[in-house]
Order: sequence, then C-alpha cells, then structure tokens
Amino acid sequence: MDVLGWLQRTSVDAPWLLAVIRVLLLVVPILTIVPGLIWWERRLLSWMQDRIGPNRTGTITIPDNFPLASLRGRKIRTFGLLQPIADGVKLFMKEDVTPSSIDRKIYFLAPAIALFPAFALGATLPQASTGFIPGTDILGPFHYLTPVANVDIGLLYVLAISSLGVYGVVLAGYASNNKYSLMGGLRASAQLISYELAMGVSLACVVLATASLRMSDMVVAQEQALWGFVPAVQNWFLFTPFGLVSAAIFLVCVVAETNRAPFDLPEAENELIAGYHTEYSSMKFAVFFMGEYAAMFVFSGVFAAVFLGGYNLMPFNWEYLAATFPAAAGFFKGMAAANYWLGPLGFVAKMAAGITFFIWLRATLPRLRYDQLMTLGWKVLLPLAVANFIVVGIWVICSNERVLGPVGGWVALLVAMGVLAILYMNLAATIKKGAKSMDKRTVKLSDPQAKRSIKLADPGPASEGGQA
Amino acid sequence: MLGDFMPILILMAVAGVICGAMVTLSWVLGPKKVTPYKQSPYECGVEPQGDARERFPIKFYLVAILFVLFDIEVVFLWSWLTVFKTGSLEFQVFSGAAVAVYMLLWIIGDAYVIKIGAIDWDEATSLAPEKLGLSPDAEAA
Repeated sequence: MDVLGWLQRTSVDAPWLLAVIRVLLLVVPILTIVPGLIWWERRLLSWMQDRIGPNRTGTITIPDNFPLASLRGRKIRTFGLLQPIADGVKLFMKEDVTPSSIDRKIYFLAPAIALFPAFALGATLPQASTGFIPGTDILGPFHYLTPVANVDIGLLYVLAISSLGVYGVVLAGYASNNKYSLMGGLRASAQLISYELAMGVSLACVVLATASLRMSDMVVAQEQALWGFVPAVQNWFLFTPFGLVSAAIFLVCVVAETNRAPFDLPEAENELIAGYHTEYSSMKFAVFFMGEYAAMFVFSGVFAAVFLGGYNLMPFNWEYLAATFPAAAGFFKGMAAANYWLGPLGFVAKMAAGITFFIWLRATLPRLRYDQLMTLGWKVLLPLAVANFIVVGIWVICSNERVLGPVGGWVALLVAMGVLAILYMNLAATIKKGAKSMDKRTVKLSDPQAKRSIKLADPGPASEGGQA
Repeated sequence: MLGDFMPILILMAVAGVICGAMVTLSWVLGPKKVTPYKQSPYECGVEPQGDARERFPIKFYLVAILFVLFDIEVVFLWSWLTVFKTGSLEFQVFSGAAVAVYMLLWIIGDAYVIKIGAIDWDEATSLAPEKLGLSPDAEAA
C-alpha cells in the first residue's frame, strides 16, 4: 500500500480531507489521554503520599463457565486505568443541579468556553518532523499529517487562544451568582492576565533568537549546532543561557495559567469552597476539570516544541556524526532514521515528562498567598523576562559576523547577564533599605474631634503617646 | 490565504461540537428533581444572604488596566521580533537602539507601577490604617 503516494495525491486533490485527518489526529489523542492523565495524577500523588490510589476499577475475573478451562478464575488487571472513565460515566448520569438565580445563558456557555481553548490550542504544534526523510529528498508522511495548520503566526496563535481561557473562568464566576464563585472568578482573572504578560515576553525572547513565529521553524532552529559552534549537539533552547531563563519563566507562567498547584488560588478549597465552579455539578463540573487537564497536556507540548527540541528524541545531530565518523556511519544513520520515524513518540514522551513535572509540583509545594502570587508575577517574573529580552537583543547584534561572531556573541551575552544581575542586586538592596526607612516614619494626623494633632506611629512608645 | 487557516477552522468546529455535547449531554441524561433548597446558591448550608454581584475590590480593575497597557506594549514588538535577526547590521543597530529606548520607557512604567504600590496586595501594607488615614487608636480615643 502506497501511503505516501496517497497522501501526496490527497494533498493536491482534497486538502480538506487531510485537514480533517489532522484534526482527528490531534483531538482523539487529547480525548483519550485525558482520562489516563487523571489516573496518572491520582496514582503518582498517592505514591508520593504513601498511599495506593485507584487500582481496582477494571479488574475482570473470568467466570467459571468460560469455555477455556485454563483461563477460569484468572484475573485481568488494568491497574485502575478505567477509574476515570467510570467517573465520567457516573458524572454524565448525575443530576445537573442548576441554581435558580443564575444568568442562564452564560452559566451554560462558560464551561464550554473553558474547555474550547484546550482543544484549539494544539493546532500549530508539530508532533513530528515536517521535513525530508533522512538521507532522501522525499517529504515524509508527517509533512502531510502534522501540524493541523503550519501557519506562519503559530506562536501568536498559541498566545491568543491561551488567553481565551480567562473568559470561561470569569464568566462562570459571574454567572453563578454565588459569592465564592465571584471571588474565584475575580482571582482567576487577575492571576491569568498577570502571568500572561511574563509568558508573552518570555516567548518573545525565543522568537527573537529564531526570527520566526512558525512552530516548525522553531524546532528546526533547535536542530542547528549548539551555541553556533558545537555541531554534534542540537541547539535546544533549554541548553542556551537565555533559553534557560525563558524556559523557567514560561514554566512558572504555564502552571499559573492552568490554575494548577501551587497557583490554584481561584479554586482554593479551604477559602473559596471550589472557587468559580462551586455552582457547577454533573458533567459541567467535569468539563472544567477536563479543560484544566487538556490545557496542561497541550501546554506541555508547547514547552516541548519551543524549548525541548520538539520531536527530536535526543539532542544529537546524527547526520553530522555520520559524516564525521565514517566508521560508525551505519549506526548514526540508523539513529537519524529512528529519530525521524519515532518523532511522534518522542514528542508524547516529552509531554508526559512535562505533565509528571506538574503533578510533582502539586505534591511538593504549598499554595501561595495572593500577595505572593502578584509579587511573583509583576515584580519578579516580568522584570526578569524583560531583562532577558534585552540580553537576547544584545546577543543577536553581537553575534553578527561583522561585530563579534558567534563566540563573541556568547561572551557578550554572559557579560550582559552579569551586569544586569549586579544592577538588580544593587536595586534590590536599595529598595530594601528604603523600605526600612519607611517602617520607621511617623504619620501625623489631625483629629477633628480632639482639635489637636495626634502623633501616630507603628509599634513603639510613640503609639502609647497617641492614646494618651 | 484562508487555505492555511482552513484546518484551524475545522479544528475549532470540532472543538465547539465536543464542548457543546459535553455540556448538554448531562442535562439530557441526568435525572431532574427540583427542590427550593437545591436551587439556592451554596453558602455552606445556611440561607444565602443578599445578592452575590456586589462591589469588589478596585485592585482587580487596576490589575486589568495595567495588563492592557503592558500587553499592548508587547504586541507592538511582535512584528519587529521576526525581522530583527535576519536584517542587516545597520538595521539591527538602528532598530535595536529604538527598541532599547522603547523598553526603557517600559521599565520606567513598570518601576512606577511598583513604586506607587499598584500591585501591593499585602493587606498589612496596602490597607494599613495608617496609610488610609485611619487609626484604631484614634477611634478608641
């Protein structure tokens, strides 16, 4: 069967058919992996907390009247993998409790809006190499099958769609006409927009280094020689100094954008019951839940594509190695082919690693306080992202061949980073000193009733004087 | 032009159908036994007090406005980002200097926002009685 030929013909004759296939290749994995993801989170959290977790659902004992005598009484175990599906079926059958004082249309629309971006977000993610099959000039099957749309504004699309997630949460909080929901929705909106800024700037750093917004171009840029002069290793942005800073900022922002612990303030159960989905029951509650997990999954994919070398299994340029060491050329060529054909697997493996990281965070870190959340977003991550952006700009100019060249560019980058770090530390020390002098100041107020000025102060003997 | 984006439209349609189905299916499948208690907003089991759509802290509004300001500043950068690296050295130096001035304004804005305490959510400092011109001591007197 000539799959490649069929793909080539279809891409000319009926591009819409290929588009539908690509959409299904994105949506069906998300729909099937989300239950597995919920199971994995529950199991992993249980192990981390010294519990067992769901391990029973789906264990089938073969009955005694089974035709094959040797199989009777045997158990088929699924390690509880069917638990989330059982939960889903149960939730579909539950009563949809709807309060009477809600804003009906928005109330029903909000969960759908919350889930929608999680599916739409993956449209520009390349799950496998869109280029040639290694060693040939033929465009491989993945060129036709991924990504859903290789548009030239890929990263902007991701940013635009991810910010739609705010609407679902805010509208749910508003429409429920419940005080907890409203507070949860407000908190969520302030949190999401605060972290979106730092996320945008951290991605801008990478765009500045690749000079393209197309996602497949970003992965190709990471297949170049490391730092511009180590051709055997791939230039994954996680390995570059500015990319490391960007990746750290992006990761923190993604955790905040998906409302995951330790940034799950909008649904902090000990203060807000369940936050914005307090009034949602049955499957509508599960839709919020699913949206969170699907967003986690897709954002892990974005992280893998932008910082972790996308679909490449290992950070080595096999073609270069094969050309440099002819003795082991066969092995390196085989690795190059494996790298191409196992690309989707590598991508999913990186996503799984990202998700495991999310779960690990939830098991490790306590929830932030709201002022800590805002301080982290506006006073730490945002200035850091902007400083990083300036450093990347300096690097791009300095690594131009007519200025310093690639090696000189990296020296300039490290110098710029050092100067900014020293500046920041000085600034932080100054601010701290300033804060101390603020603590000591006294405030004079005139009290209209007493017709005299009272000397008020923070702790100390002065406040006693004010009372007297 | 639309050719590139057609698959995205298909994806959005599919996503819309899935989301719509998920929300409506439980409404269709589940039982419905309506009681007044079930229909009241949840307030830990006691009778709900007043309407939920009350006033809320102005801080949220302030954060939203700041977001719009800073985000628009970043939006202006996106078109420049894609051409900076591939441009000539003259273009890089000139546009780099222009962006440096632009970012300087951005940094000044951010520093000002931090200095006036617009994102100071610590109630011990942002809502301190002294800062608001009130004092528990004065009331006691």
